[in-house]
Amino acid sequence: MLNPQLNKHGELQHLLTLDGLPRDIINAILDTAAPFTEVAEREVKKLPLLRGKSIFNLFFENSTRTRTTFEIAAKRLSADVVNLNVSTSSTAKGESLLDTVDNLCAMQADMFVVRHAASGAPFLIAQHLRANGRNDIHVVNAGDGRHAHPTQGLLDMYTIRHYKQDFTGLTVAIVGDVLHSRVARSQICALTTLGVPEVRVIGPKTLLPTDIEKMGVRVFHDMREGLRGVDVVMMLRLQNERMNGALLPTPQEFYKVWGLTAEKLALAKPDAIVMHPGPMNRGVEIDSAVADGAQAVILPQVTFGIAVRMAVMSMLAGQ
Amino acid sequence: MKIRIANGRVIDPANKTDRIADVFIADGKIAALGSSPDGFCADRTIDAEGLVVAPGLIDLSARLREPGFEYRATLESEMDAAMAGGVTSLAIPPDTDPALDEPGLVEMLCYRAKKLNRAHVYPVAALTLGLKGERLSEMAELVEAGCVAFSQANVPIVDNTVLMRAMQYAATFDFRVWLQPIAPFLSRGGYAHDGEVATRLGLPGIPVAAETVALFTYLQLARVTGARLHITRLSSAEGLQLIDQARAEGMDVTCDVSINHLHLSDMDIGYFNANCHLVPPLRSQRDREALCRGLTEGRINALCSDHTPVDDDGKLTPFSESEAGATGLELLLPLTLKWAERAGLPLIDALARVTSDAAAIIGITKAGHLSPGARADVCIFDPQAQVCINRDSLRSQGKNTPFLGVELPGKVCFTLVEGQLMFGG
Repeated sequence: MLNPQLNKHGELQHLLTLDGLPRDIINAILDTAAPFTEVAEREVKKLPLLRGKSIFNLFFENSTRTRTTFEIAAKRLSADVVNLNVSTSSTAKGESLLDTVDNLCAMQADMFVVRHAASGAPFLIAQHLRANGRNDIHVVNAGDGRHAHPTQGLLDMYTIRHYKQDFTGLTVAIVGDVLHSRVARSQICALTTLGVPEVRVIGPKTLLPTDIEKMGVRVFHDMREGLRGVDVVMMLRLQNERMNGALLPTPQEFYKVWGLTAEKLALAKPDAIVMHPGPMNRGVEIDSAVADGAQAVILPQVTFGIAVRMAVMSMLAGQ
Repeated sequence: MKIRIANGRVIDPANKTDRIADVFIADGKIAALGSSPDGFCADRTIDAEGLVVAPGLIDLSARLREPGFEYRATLESEMDAAMAGGVTSLAIPPDTDPALDEPGLVEMLCYRAKKLNRAHVYPVAALTLGLKGERLSEMAELVEAGCVAFSQANVPIVDNTVLMRAMQYAATFDFRVWLQPIAPFLSRGGYAHDGEVATRLGLPGIPVAAETVALFTYLQLARVTGARLHITRLSSAEGLQLIDQARAEGMDVTCDVSINHLHLSDMDIGYFNANCHLVPPLRSQRDREALCRGLTEGRINALCSDHTPVDDDGKLTPFSESEAGATGLELLLPLTLKWAERAGLPLIDALARVTSDAAAIIGITKAGHLSPGARADVCIFDPQAQVCINRDSLRSQGKNTPFLGVELPGKVCFTLVEGQLMFGG
């Protein structure tokens, strides 16, 4: 079975997941992203790397933040960007996912940035393009179901590298709803690939997936124990619809046990950084004092996210 | 028409026969084995030298998709597949549209099948109307119309009172009840075995408990109602263990496994291969090994294809949105042989699971063996020949199977149904 995201020379053809992505490719993306952070500080925030390329933001699931950062990244690379909210158009009329893709291929697309509620949807598109010999079209996974959100994972790695330089001595904790989180899965894959010796996941048993330790993490249910001595705290978003029911009794109880407060954060290393993929639920998974505190790097994450997405897109389709 | 099948290796598990012999067929029945009956003059001789002559295979679950799903497959296309696969008797699950819950529907299906004059069809009727788990179907009338058992296919009954009543009612007539162990709430919203692979791929999982909790319920209700219970499509080591325990306590219960679960595990999902989207889900390597061992030792009574043709549109979608199921009629024999080869099981014991043992579960007495007087349903195959499974080679209208591109042993050369050559030659 061919690796679906690499071409026959072992180079990045699509970015679908960080699971199994070689460390040198991850490092190359992070290295490429570094100079792009400076572009944002220029008066003219544009590079011509994707001039004349058409990028379709194909969002089968609602998103504002991720779609916007992809759009900004593409525009800073001078690409033409088309946003399609498919959740409200074609599929509602019964068109299949691959029919939508074929139609956009006929419009000379160069890249699809895909978000879909079903795990694996971007793989299906990549396989379809390969079967049709369309190796000139690239797919970037912008989040598929619970499976992967590779650019988020990469921007998190960029952030950690920015503040901590070396991965090989770190202890990193991922806290909250790992079960439904594509972000957590991509983070775990990237952290283990980059050589982080201890990756912890912290949460109630209802929100940790079966056999998660087989992905190379240590499981903690006690937040205080899990945070002790960590260098990086990565909080996850808790979706509203999961707060009351069979997974969790109430958001209040979740906050009490697993919410990140200054008091719990004090158990981590004094120079620990606090990350969150956004959007945050203040008072549910994180206290405002921490979210706005000196250790939080949540807004830099957003800024780095644009540079990382520019790096991915330019590496895939740049001249 | 009198036929002589000459020089083949006759393997007839029911009669413990495995020897080179001629088979003589007259009037649609087996006339004799070995020496020619007096005055027998063959109209046709089939040279079976180097080939195995076995009873036609009996499949405990083949969806022919009629009525209701003719765009996926038709009786014609799937009967052709059965003949090409050497399968001469099929039990049909009731999850058609409408469900097989009315004597008229069953009669129509039997009539259509008979007119096609290929494999024998044994409908399994819905245990409850529309498989809804609310009202009992007319079991006595359905059996009169030709049904051999009652089942919910893979639509479990939510209300255990209804399930208990249905089993009681069936037990009144000593009818067979076939149940697939699926706990309705535990399996809801899941698409893959709840384990390492589903976790990694972010696919919502179905825990093993969805099978074991249902099994506990079914076994307990069979105890109190006295229903004749057959468990279909076992998927887990723990499930098999529960059946072992029930038997140790003296319960009479049978079970089967599908070819997919015998050969594959959740690892085969790979990069979201929708052909591996099955009900029940493919479970872990450990489960698969336990199922293999169970079938080899006869603790699992039969192997079936669980033939479920799905059209391409149903599979060219993300894994969780795809339709569950895989085509199987033409894979039943090759995968039986492959399993026997791997398990080091004599061919005669392996073939029993798809002939005589399966016949016993349906209650077929006149087929599944080659005794004189039996229906002359015969499968003649080359056990050495390798076949490559691909879209062009499959006759079934469903081209979806996890085994596409795989080479397997066993090529069906001739299929006879009631002494008529229906495939090969």
